[in-house]
Amino acid sequence: MLQANPVSAWKVFKQLIRRDIRVASRQRSDLLNPLIFLLIVVTLFPLGVGPGPDILSRIAPGVIWVSALLSSMLGLERLFRDDFRDGALEQMLLLPVPIEISVLAKIVVHWLLTAVPVLVITPLLALLMNLPIQAWGVLWLTLLLGTPVLSAAGAIGVALTVSLNKGGALLSLLLLPLLIPLLIFATAAVEAAVVGVSSAGPLALIGAFMVISITLAPFAVKAGLRVSVN
Amino acid sequence: MWRWLHPYAKPEATFALTQKLIPWFAVPGLVLVIVSLVWGLAFAPPDYQQGESYRIIFVHVPSAMWAMGFYVGMAIAGVIALVWQIRTAELAILAIAPVGAMLTFISLFTGAIWGQPMWGTWWVWDARLTAQLILLFLYLGVMALYVAFEDERAGAKAASILAIVGVINIPIIHYSVYWWNTLHQKSTVTRAITRLEAPSIAPEMLWPLLVSILAMLLVCAALVLMRLNNEILRREIHRPWALQHLGIHFATADNKKEKGDADAV
Repeated sequence: MLQANPVSAWKVFKQLIRRDIRVASRQRSDLLNPLIFLLIVVTLFPLGVGPGPDILSRIAPGVIWVSALLSSMLGLERLFRDDFRDGALEQMLLLPVPIEISVLAKIVVHWLLTAVPVLVITPLLALLMNLPIQAWGVLWLTLLLGTPVLSAAGAIGVALTVSLNKGGALLSLLLLPLLIPLLIFATAAVEAAVVGVSSAGPLALIGAFMVISITLAPFAVKAGLRVSVN
Repeated sequence: MWRWLHPYAKPEATFALTQKLIPWFAVPGLVLVIVSLVWGLAFAPPDYQQGESYRIIFVHVPSAMWAMGFYVGMAIAGVIALVWQIRTAELAILAIAPVGAMLTFISLFTGAIWGQPMWGTWWVWDARLTAQLILLFLYLGVMALYVAFEDERAGAKAASILAIVGVINIPIIHYSVYWWNTLHQKSTVTRAITRLEAPSIAPEMLWPLLVSILAMLLVCAALVLMRLNNEILRREIHRPWALQHLGIHFATADNKKEKGDADAV
């Protein structure tokens, strides 16, 4: 990675993505567990509130989004934790490229590995929760636009708590309040689609959240990592 | 900025300043609290629609307003702590957070009491209410993160970053009543002061409200300064100036014991 010739940021970005995917592919259970958790939580709701199709389709957007939020909290720590423990994170901060580039690579890989599988099984979740079929597309779009926010905002939280022994509980405490607006607009969009109204407004707002969090989060993550890695 | 800020990087200088400032905030603050409450609760006319129950506004609006104001102040202290690495700014975060959380809680609590007779419910998932609740969580998160680190200065820096990131919630709270047409009414005070629209509140109600807002600011600022002083003193207890300060107040035979305790710390 570190050669004598000048290092291009783009090259480092690609290398980091390749490395992180390779590392993750060697610990598949880490990736599968949040997904299975998501499926199980969604399955619990019909058992808990009763399998009436009307109730299910009414609570479907909220249930799917809350479950997605919780399952993303589950896998979030591995964004920086392993690299922090084995010292790779320190090396990453020493790379002769802007730290934001490396951070962005981390966020992109995290999104690819955790959000894309969720997007793949979304139709299954919608089917389980009896979501009306005209809202499936919007649900998928909210997850497509919203999951990058989870990864980017999550990176801030993990960067702040990675050096703590019991960072996990604190992480959810810090992040979930910040993600409430996302949840509100995502479920509003899906509910609008269920009743057949245009959901362009909430979708546009989620898109704005995504753009803001992806552009600004790397700076906050950098500051957080500098605190955690002394 | 730097020239003005620089002397107060020394805890001793900040301590001396806040020590001088506290009475200037506390005394007028307490007087104005009494004035505004007596004026608002006893002399302001009852509302034509809400009757007497609107009077909770004299607690509700100031606390809600300064819950946001103190959050911004905390975030500014966070910026100062991160950029100039000033220790007293880090302590200021620790001083502001509980006061701000208390203000947020008061605003939510009085809001619930007010909502029961007016809206017929203690709590609704209205945009303004939800955003204010998030503010409470943010305050709690900043406090929890601050104490979670073993190294206190690392905790202060992490809390600073979280405080700065959380500022995004402030405009959401402020504009929530304009962006979403839900139950909570629009801001009366902003409209009355900026005069962009005709004020929707009678001057006999507006004036005690403005006084109560000022009173809340002064009292809470005094509380923050007192907390800041305590935090500085706790960390500087082994310094000669701190001992001297304590010695003035405990100028008895205990003085030696005080010093012994401090050395042990």
